[in-house]
Amino acid sequence: MSITKVTQHPTQNEGLIFERSQTGRVGYRLPKLDVPGSDAIPAELRRDDDLEGMPEVSEVDVIRHFTRISTWNYSIDLGMYPLGSCTMKYNSRLNEKVARIGGYTNLHPLAPEEESQGALELMYRLQEDLAEITGLPGVSLQPAAGAQGEMTGVMLIRAFLDKRDGDASADRRVMLIPESAHGTNPASAALAGFTVKAIRANADGLTDMEHLRQLCDEGGVAGLMLTNPNTVGIFETNIKEICDTIHAAGGLVYMDGANMNALVGVARPGDMGVDVIHLNLHKTFSTPHGGGGPGCGPCCCTAELAEFLPVPRIEKSGDRFHLNYDLPESIGRVKAFFGNFGMMVRALSYIYTHGAEGLREATETAVLNARYVAEKLKDTYHKPYNADCMHEAIFSHKHQSAKGVVTLDIAKRLIDYGFHPPTVYFPLVVEGAMLIEPTESVGRADLDAFIDAMRSIDREISESPELVTNAPHSTRIGRLDEAAAARKPVLRWRAETDAMTSGA
Amino acid sequence: MLAELGLSNADELFRSIPADVQMGRPLKVTDPLAEPEVIAALEEMAAKNTAATKPSFLGAGVYSHFSPTIVDHLIQRSEFFTSYTPYQPEISQGTLQYIFEFQTLVCQLTGMEVANASMYDGSTSMAEAYLMAQRVTRRNKIVVAKSVHPEYRDVAVTYAQHGDTEIVEIGYDETGRVAGLEALDNDTAALVVQSPNFFGCIEDLQALADAAHAVGALLVVTVTEAISLGLLKTPGSCGADIVVGEGQSWGIPMSFGGPHVGFFATQEKYVRQMPGRLCGVAYDKDGNRGFVLTLSTREQHIRREKATSNICTNQGLIALAATIYMEAMGKKGLKEVAEQNAAKASYAKTKIAEIDGYSMPFLSPTFNEFVVRGPRPATDILEAVRANGIVGGLALSKYYAGHDNDFLVCVTETNSRQQIDVLVNNLRSSY
Repeated sequence: MSITKVTQHPTQNEGLIFERSQTGRVGYRLPKLDVPGSDAIPAELRRDDDLEGMPEVSEVDVIRHFTRISTWNYSIDLGMYPLGSCTMKYNSRLNEKVARIGGYTNLHPLAPEEESQGALELMYRLQEDLAEITGLPGVSLQPAAGAQGEMTGVMLIRAFLDKRDGDASADRRVMLIPESAHGTNPASAALAGFTVKAIRANADGLTDMEHLRQLCDEGGVAGLMLTNPNTVGIFETNIKEICDTIHAAGGLVYMDGANMNALVGVARPGDMGVDVIHLNLHKTFSTPHGGGGPGCGPCCCTAELAEFLPVPRIEKSGDRFHLNYDLPESIGRVKAFFGNFGMMVRALSYIYTHGAEGLREATETAVLNARYVAEKLKDTYHKPYNADCMHEAIFSHKHQSAKGVVTLDIAKRLIDYGFHPPTVYFPLVVEGAMLIEPTESVGRADLDAFIDAMRSIDREISESPELVTNAPHSTRIGRLDEAAAARKPVLRWRAETDAMTSGA
Repeated sequence: MLAELGLSNADELFRSIPADVQMGRPLKVTDPLAEPEVIAALEEMAAKNTAATKPSFLGAGVYSHFSPTIVDHLIQRSEFFTSYTPYQPEISQGTLQYIFEFQTLVCQLTGMEVANASMYDGSTSMAEAYLMAQRVTRRNKIVVAKSVHPEYRDVAVTYAQHGDTEIVEIGYDETGRVAGLEALDNDTAALVVQSPNFFGCIEDLQALADAAHAVGALLVVTVTEAISLGLLKTPGSCGADIVVGEGQSWGIPMSFGGPHVGFFATQEKYVRQMPGRLCGVAYDKDGNRGFVLTLSTREQHIRREKATSNICTNQGLIALAATIYMEAMGKKGLKEVAEQNAAKASYAKTKIAEIDGYSMPFLSPTFNEFVVRGPRPATDILEAVRANGIVGGLALSKYYAGHDNDFLVCVTETNSRQQIDVLVNNLRSSY
């Protein structure tokens, strides 16, 4: 069967909204102005370009425009989206419904405290639940996303060391980070004024303890940023010893909570010796990924670090909740107002729906699903580590690249089989990595179909490799030339250019 | 499935976790609630947010605006809200195309050449502008006006505290506009202002740009009320080098302060110093136009500690809502809603100024917010007004010393004339 990629079908050829614009069209209705018009703003302060370039479209134009382009996206609701380290689990519609209750959406963040008690109570309750889940009692919900939670976490470490060591803190500026870490870890550490030293992994995919000790012996260690389970999906069995080693060297341990979906209800970072962690509510607690945001990256820490948390903090006295701004040791604000509140409503709804038992069951299922994929694909794809995986399974293209087909090709071919590809080429420590995180939101039939697809692609690589190297074949557009796009970036539409519409 | 893995129970899945770090007990959280129970529990808490149902004149960075029904409808399409970062462009063209449209709309409204795929919010966007200005100029001093949103300035201080940034705050004159430009010197990386500023006053951006450029500094303009861009001269046309701001006014609910969406725009020559994601045009081998994330060598997943920012995501779904809003309102609607805001605020300002004992301490033209000076402490006045079911504004004393009798009033198209008249009557009677 031959599939034509781009047809004249209108739903497949929706242009930019600017290309749909027709003079005089409108897509809104406002009430008539019920006060006199005003010329209080003088002409020299007013724009005089008639909002050049802004579209003029009808309501149905807008609906069709976005409905059409939406169909060009793959999504969790369409099928398995096993993007490793991203935890693409089902996003409950109930969470969407409750987040849209008027008492939340219409609430101004500067409304009087006594008239915002419900919002403060909700945040307080979520904080308590996250403290219980992580075993770390100090919680701030303010960070807007994982990377900001990381920044907050390492700034807490910095503030703690500055207070404990005074001027001597300046000699302690090394943040140890595994070479397999997310790029946000070193970038966040840099914002807190730390320099980065990379820790090697051993052949089992675990932190090389000898190297860790050696780096600690070199001195100046402020702390460690560690993902656990780590970015190859393996639990750091020596976690207690790792934390002890860092603490003995005078540093603190920050845990990247990206992989918390493997641990909720089973093990708590606080019990492992971790000092501070961030969580991704959009991963572990199912708030929607929304095409790249909004996230929410709460930071949970030991009682010892709590005084450094961002300002303000929510406190409870009697049955009233209030905001405490008087926190002299705080690292400061990381975001205006109180964080991405709408995401907090959804996360609490998720916790309420699951309860203690459901949260643990989700963890078990997430790990079971990944373990099943690891087992069923290990004879087909190279599995770089022998250890049992937690919630995600890692493979490399080693067997296939010998035949000239690489991870990127396998990923693109998976699209033709109806799956979103796994995370590819991350972590960098595994060449041609494919990081597969099924989450708990898929059943056995879906897993088997995915496994069959991966095996089938491997067969195709032997029988007709071009089928794989030219994939995808079923999408409305083929592989895009990203190198050319970066060489001559076109980052916006302009009325006068026709380069926008013609082929390169 | 367990049996196929050679396991006899689920606990064995966790054999790699040492027993002494396993919990060994259930979590102390609620028992699972059924759907109606979850709804009831969350509605019960929501009902305690009594401010949400009252006429309100609060602004100060978060605004009540009308959002066309289709905005919230369209963002709930599965394809948008249950997808992620467009790592695989062939199956993410919906997301990539709206990001490209968002970037274009932001450029057109701010009068700038390039804009990114969005930031967390206005405050973090401004903090990133501090850092970018330092990279561009290789200077470390940031001169920021006190009339910039106090919480934005706080966030920027947090971001900059461990770099070698020197932050100098300058004040405002009796008109409410920036004063103290003599702080600008040859070490200054950027002059950072907000317009309309926190007091609602519209700054003379052209003059500020000239002053910044005279010492080789950049002008960073922050916009917290994005609706103003439909009426006011664009920061770009006045000479701004970086324009950052909050897009909540573009159809996004207030939601107790988030999630909202930051925007970040600059001139093309600075594009490689920008933080955040950028979406650009790309073609497949048959010449079909598509979109990809591009210029990613600036970003953390490639440059790690040398990246231009630690940001990973953008504010995807909220940027989509803003895009739908801007397109549904379009050229005519964005002008009309801005005019309505200006007219209603002007009406309220005039009426309040007529009340004995009330005055307007700042003389500069304002958009939809203005400072009122009352006859007694603003907190008392607002408390009296609130007793009658109206949230009358924000006491400036929350953020500014020496402004005890001043409060900030915001009037948008959602405030009816009748609401304004009731506010005016209440203020009169609380003299």
